[in-house]
This record gives sequence, structure tokens and C-alpha cells, in this order.
Amino acid sequence: MSSASKNSAAREAILRRVRAALPQSTPLPELPASGPWQTFEDPTTRFREVLESVGGLMVRVPDVGAADAWLRDFEPWKKSATRLTVIPGLGDSTLDLNSIDDPHALEHVGFAVLKGHFGVAENAAVWVTDADVRHRVLYFIPQHMALAIPASQIVNNMHEAYGRIQVGGYPFSGFISGPSKTADIEQSLVIGAHGARSLVVFLIEEW
Amino acid sequence: MSHPPLAAEFTANRSRAHWHDKALWFVREKRDRMANSVPEWEQLREHASAIKMHTVSQLPLYLEQFERNALALGVHVHWAETAEDHNRIVLEILQRHSVKRIVKSKSMLTEECHLNPFLEKNGIEVVDTDLGERIVQLRNEPPSHIVLPAIHIRKEEVGECFHEHLGTEKGASDPAYLTEAARGHLRQKFCQADAGITGVNFAIAETGGIVVCTNEGNADLGVSLPKVHIACMGIEKLIPRVSDLAVFLRLLARSATGQPITTYSSHFHGPRPGCELHVVLVDDGRSGIIQSSEFRRSLSCIRCGACMNTCPVYRRSGGHSYESTVPGPIGSILAPLKDSEKHSSLPFACSLCGSCTDVCPVKIDLHHQLLAMRGLLGQRRLIATSKKLSMKFVAGIMKRTWLFNLLGKFARLSLRVLPRFAIYHRFNPWGRQRELPEAPAKSFRQMYADRKSTASNPGDKSK
Ligand code: SF4
Repeated sequence: MSSASKNSAAREAILRRVRAALPQSTPLPELPASGPWQTFEDPTTRFREVLESVGGLMVRVPDVGAADAWLRDFEPWKKSATRLTVIPGLGDSTLDLNSIDDPHALEHVGFAVLKGHFGVAENAAVWVTDADVRHRVLYFIPQHMALAIPASQIVNNMHEAYGRIQVGGYPFSGFISGPSKTADIEQSLVIGAHGARSLVVFLIEEW
Repeated sequence: MSHPPLAAEFTANRSRAHWHDKALWFVREKRDRMANSVPEWEQLREHASAIKMHTVSQLPLYLEQFERNALALGVHVHWAETAEDHNRIVLEILQRHSVKRIVKSKSMLTEECHLNPFLEKNGIEVVDTDLGERIVQLRNEPPSHIVLPAIHIRKEEVGECFHEHLGTEKGASDPAYLTEAARGHLRQKFCQADAGITGVNFAIAETGGIVVCTNEGNADLGVSLPKVHIACMGIEKLIPRVSDLAVFLRLLARSATGQPITTYSSHFHGPRPGCELHVVLVDDGRSGIIQSSEFRRSLSCIRCGACMNTCPVYRRSGGHSYESTVPGPIGSILAPLKDSEKHSSLPFACSLCGSCTDVCPVKIDLHHQLLAMRGLLGQRRLIATSKKLSMKFVAGIMKRTWLFNLLGKFARLSLRVLPRFAIYHRFNPWGRQRELPEAPAKSFRQMYADRKSTASNPGDKSK
């Protein structure tokens, strides 16, 4: 049998067995984005608190220029030889992303400044997509990372979050909450597992 | 071997058993704090349970919908009836691309299928990239927990292991230092890999996409560099809608490790340009479980591990004592469903306290299922004679009120008057690691009868 016909035979067999004794259908709950779900009096403060609790840092600035000034004084940025930004005016790039075809060439990026779409107050997650970077590995490979979002874009909870995005529209999209971490050795938390060792989230007021 | 002798081995090292118990309780407490911080927690659990029950009741429909949408996104969809089929499919994909080295993130399914040894036999280097999984892989053991694979290992032992395999300093045991060494070692592996394999936390029928959650970023790094991404999933991972993700992502990490969400919750909808994304849908016994009204709900499991962290037996006996890919309460149902003879002791590694059922984010009635499984094993004559006899003996006493009362009186009296050596000796395992309670003066029956007569006393002022 060819693997294609094997595949469709397995498909039929599985579907037949699953159909054999299906339980009675039960309803799917309605999950309106409007809730009632947990909301916060001041979502931005909540976002900041939760982000700090997961090892990240929120920096609220009036405009891109102020974010840039802050970044240039940030140790990990200053120490990174290879830097990359996708936001004009916020940091600078030492390599040209558009000339890079193989993502392996990004192995040594020390700091990347990338775009987030909005933040979620309940868990400090920031929504990102691959429409904003040519290589999605940039969300995972840099030693340090900053995500910039407009300050007005903080939603309360995950229901509101999913209510405003078209997940299926991007080959890659996702939520990032804090820097990468592990507690696999005796439950002691270590920041900087495989991904970013630090994460700054800029909330930019005028953008 | 059965659970009791393996558990005895684990508890023989008392300080380790105690440490293990505490480490897991710490995680359980973090989970409690997180659950308490969400006012609609119980409602979320209700929703999660309802979504899963609904999905399974329409699974053929959702599987077809998922396949249709995934194909439209350019995803290759494969179907595997058994673990062997799954392994063969993965190998064929890898061989077609002449893959020599792969990086793999955590996937209980591939553990269940024993994918690693199979690929290694076929000349492919497999590197588990989750730190805990890498540790157990280097030590040549299976994970002992589904979320915290190396929870049974002390940092000194990790130090020794890394000294041998990664060349860290001898005697070094600082978790930060060891993690840094693993980071360097695994970065190399990520950059050399020809393909990445991941599990799947959720597959969305509505869009044909998959969601993978990690804290380390290992799944993402592993599939964003090489050209081939293979995602392996059981058919029960399906959910109908994108909006259902909100419910599950709110529950998963809070239940698992007491975090508000995992660091990375990645949604994959199609391959990168010029690359391939394969999804392997695996049955391997799941369709049989769907047909069982008693155990169907065990398929709702989202593998958070909360039932293990809370289980008094798991915490004290360690994951390896279960000899099953998924240990703990949920494993004690899934394993005998697969091979009831081999795993017949697991449903008895349980005090029926029900704590697992209380914490389970998808509201699986775990302790009811464990009890039902004992019944099933009884029917299949898979209960040891010693256990059956002692059950008969106790049942004989319980059925006779006079005998039960008499023995109760006798027990209360002996606890009070007998000298220590007559109670705490090697024939009484109940006295081995605990002080027996002080004997009450009266039995429950007597107290109840007394209360009733006071309550119905007409002279009572409250009336
Ligand atoms: S049975 Fe429930 S608590 Fe246990 S791992 Fe599965 S989802 Fe978590």
C-alpha cells in the first residue's frame, strides 16, 4: 500500500471506530468576550504587577523617542553586540533582517526590539504575530527582548483577547508572558531557559 | 512489578521521600493561590468540562473539520491507528528529508509511543529539549511527572549528570549554573537540528491550527529553525473554537505550576514559507475509551499534572513507582485501560480521598473512575488473592452490626490500655510511620444516639 492509501485507510478506520458509540450530544457553552469575566479597575497596573511577578519589566513612556532613550541606557542593550529592531526610532539594527534568508543567521542576536499588538492584564501576556517579522525565530532566539505596544492596548482577560484577534490568519502567532524560564531543577526558578533572558514591555502613549 | 514494592523502594529513603512530598505540595499550594485569584474559577472548570464533553460527542465531525482547515493551510495531516503506525509515519517524513538530527519538545504522546528509541534504532539522533526531559534522557530514565519530568532528582544528581555529559564543574549543583550549561548545550542542538518534533496542547477544529505551550521556549526554538515541523497529537486534543482557548489557557498553567499563563503559548497555522508542517493524529486506543461511558471522561485530560501534585500517594511514592508514561491518578485510569493486567495494581494506589477530582481543571471524576476501575479489574479477575481475601474479611465484619460494634469496643479499649510495644510492632503496618490516634471514649454511634436524645429533649431551652 502506498502511504497515501494507508493514510486514508487509517483515517476511515479511526473515524468509524469513533462513530461506533458516540455519547449523546451535549451543548457547547457560550463564551461571550464580554463576560462576565474578571476585569480590573486599572488593567495597566495589573499588567505591570503580573509582568513583574513573572520576571518581566513594564516601562511606560510618552512616545517612541522616550522608549529609545530608556533602551539606550539599559545594560543588556548596551552589552549586546548584535542588535535588531523592527520599530523605526526605537533602538537600532546591526544587521539587515531583509537580507537574511536563513533564520540560523540570527543565532547570535543579543537584543531584539519587536512589536506586540496588545497586552492582557490577567496574565501579562503580549500578543505577537509573524506578520511583523520575517523570521518568527526572532521571538525566541535573542538573548534579550523588548516588545512595544501602544499604552491604550491592554485588555482585561483572555476572552477579550481572543475576541479581537484573527488567530487563523497567521502561520505563527502567540502570547508571550515574561522572559523564558524553567524550574526543572529542584523547583528553583531560573530565568533564561532557552529563549530571552529578559523581557521589557514598552507601553507607548503616543504612537 | 506492581506499585506497592516500587513505592516501598522509594519510601525506604525517608528523607528523599519527604523532600519529594514537600516539593510537590509547594506546587499544589501555588496552584491554589492562582485558582483563588480568579473569581470565576469554578465556572471556568465547568466550561472546560462542558467543552470537552461536547467535543467528544461530535468528535468525527470536529476531526474532519480540523483536517479540512489544516489542509487548506498547507498542513500535511496524517492518521495513525496505533503507536507503531505513528512511529512509522514520523520516520517516513524524516527519511524523506534525510533528517539525521531532531530536537523534540515535551510530548506525552511520543513517550507513550516510545518514539525516541524507535528513531534512535533507525539512526536518528533525538534530543529532548525541555530541561527536565533532557536531564532524564541523559540519565536514561523515563520522566517521573508529566509537567515536571525531573521532579524526583536532586540538584546534586543533576550536577553529576551534567559533569559527565556536558562537562560542568565537578560537584557544582547550583540550578542557575546548571541551567546555563544546558542552555549552551541545547542551543547547539537547536542550530544543528534538521527537524523539530512537538506535542500539541490544543488543536482547533474551526481554524485547523494547533497550540503548543511551554515556559522554556524550547518547542518554538525547535521548530523555527529547521525546515520540518512534526506535531504529534492524540485525537482527544481537539477543541471546537478559538474562543475555547481562552478557557483552557486560563486554566492550564494555573493548574499545572501556579503561573498565570505559560511564557509561550504559540499558535501554528501552516508552515513557514518553503517549509513543512505535519500533524499526526493518533488513536492508539482512544476510540475504544470513547465507547466506554464509564471512562470516557478520562479523555478530557489536558495533562496539567495537578492531580499528581495533590495526590498523597503520588507525592509519597514517586512517579516511577507507577511504571506508566502518565503516573498519578489520571495515569492509574489510563494505564489499566490500555493494559489491565500489567497495571492492575495502580487503581489501588489510591485512598479515594478525592483531592484529584477537586483540583482537576476539566472536572474529571477521577476518584469515581478509580473506584470503577477496581470493579472492572475484579470482573476480569485481576485482583490479587490476598487483597480479595482481606476485602471479604472486612466485608464480613461490616455486614454484622454486632460484630462491628464489638470489635470497635475492643479496638478503643486496646488502644488505651495496651503498652506501646504491643501496638507498634512489625505486624502492624499502620503504626509504622504514624502515631495512632487517641481512642475516643465513645463510638460514633453512641455519640450520635446521645445527641439525638438531647435534641429531642422537651426541656431543651432552644425549643
Ligand atoms: S486528570 Fe485533570 S488534574 Fe490530572 S492531569 Fe489531567 S487535567 Fe490535570
